[in-house]
Amino acid sequence: MSLIPSHLQLNHQGQLRHFLTIEGLSRALLTELLDTADSFLEVGERAVKKVPLLRGKTVCNVFFENSTRTRTTFELAAKRLSADVLNLNIQTSSTSKGETLYDTLRNLEAMAADMFVVRHGDSGAAHFIAQQVCPDVAIINAGDGNHSHPTQAMLDMLTIRRHAGGFENLSVALVGDILHSRVARSNMQALRTLGCPDIRVIAPRTLLPAGIEQYGVRVFNDLRVGLRDVDVVIMLRLQKERMQSGLLPSEGEFYRLYGLTRETLSLAKPDALVMHPGPINRGVEIESEVADGPQSVILNQVTYGIAVRMAVMSMAMAGQNAQRQFNQETKHAIDD
Amino acid sequence: MKALPDVAPLLEGMAADLIAYLSLRGIEDPAFVGIHTGGVWIAEQLRDQCLPDAPLGTLDIAFYRDDFEQNGLPPRVRPSELPFSVDDRNLILVDDVLMTGRTIRAALNELFDYGRPASVTLVALIDIEARQLPIRADVLGTSLTLPADQRIKLTGPEPLQLTLNPVTK
Repeated sequence: MSLIPSHLQLNHQGQLRHFLTIEGLSRALLTELLDTADSFLEVGERAVKKVPLLRGKTVCNVFFENSTRTRTTFELAAKRLSADVLNLNIQTSSTSKGETLYDTLRNLEAMAADMFVVRHGDSGAAHFIAQQVCPDVAIINAGDGNHSHPTQAMLDMLTIRRHAGGFENLSVALVGDILHSRVARSNMQALRTLGCPDIRVIAPRTLLPAGIEQYGVRVFNDLRVGLRDVDVVIMLRLQKERMQSGLLPSEGEFYRLYGLTRETLSLAKPDALVMHPGPINRGVEIESEVADGPQSVILNQVTYGIAVRMAVMSMAMAGQNAQRQFNQETKHAIDD
Repeated sequence: MKALPDVAPLLEGMAADLIAYLSLRGIEDPAFVGIHTGGVWIAEQLRDQCLPDAPLGTLDIAFYRDDFEQNGLPPRVRPSELPFSVDDRNLILVDDVLMTGRTIRAALNELFDYGRPASVTLVALIDIEARQLPIRADVLGTSLTLPADQRIKLTGPEPLQLTLNPVTK
């Protein structure tokens, strides 16, 4: 299961230099990231929503898969850090993915980019780039296959910390298509690292990955049992494109059994938070009245996403700078 | 090596000087802005002694530092908080130790991202005379020359105390 050696993301001083996965990162580092994001949140409320931290740096958004929210919030985050941003939307329908990825990145390297924000349909794509293609460019994983979506997980953690006050004594339920969800994987890892004592996953057997127990979670097949007394409900998008694969009988059936409605939400704690990474499918996994209701923090998640991405980008850029200096000094020492 | 001065008498002198300075310049209805962390402590004390009704904001200049390329982000960045509109406001910017002037440069840049203040008055507890930018305090507690391998630091908030530390690199 472990695709990525955790040391690849860290520099010689243990600071972030790429952000590829939550796996292997310490509680101290995740907490530092959340603290930094808290400070950036305040920048978003100013008259001038910009700080000069990444002035003169070039950030490339390289998206091999469609995305609206993630790409635009990454773009806004980079712009609020005063970086120059290039957006490349690459659809890889006909060409071989490996070749396209490699060629594209060689071109971007030639443009002297300082950071790549990468989304790719293949698990491990960002890791491959950080290790094999451009180790000196800071690589931020914006979602790779069904493996990992670490910035989404951290914005979810910021949402929970700000609205539920912390992670101790918390019950958090992840509901829906766990099998195909990189968000679920990253969230389980982040919650565990941050000390959440009760992580539940609620899904039909066909939408659960093998070996789910390794994440230290409790598994429920019945929504009405699993939601009982939880503090936070994280709904996952039912990926309609998976319907054809015969994993589910029908959308209607799924909604009846696993949809979050006013009725099923009433089983959770009265002030339970309702979260969703978006895009939401109204009437497929969540009822409109719940998505727009008083317990929903779905739009707050989007706002927090910008601050979290600003924190990730500035920390990774700082870590990459420090690593480069260290490499130069080491090289000089050898040359001398 | 002369002993480090006590903070309390310095603050008393600064409070008197600040009131005199504001009246001389005709500055009315000012707001305090303390630079994290020591500057916030000094700003709180001065506010309480001079203008107890004046609002007080806090600034963490980490996102505006000029050494990000070399030193990255400091480990703990706190949110800046200015609970008043900066536009057309007379501001009293407060720091503990004035050294190169780079912190003040960063703080001024940050303040101007909040709006266009009417004026900024700079107050510092101690100037260690290592100026690298054309920045001087309008109201100053005291000044001191330090050996190159020493740094001065304000600890607090209770009690506020100046300590001498070797440079760490």
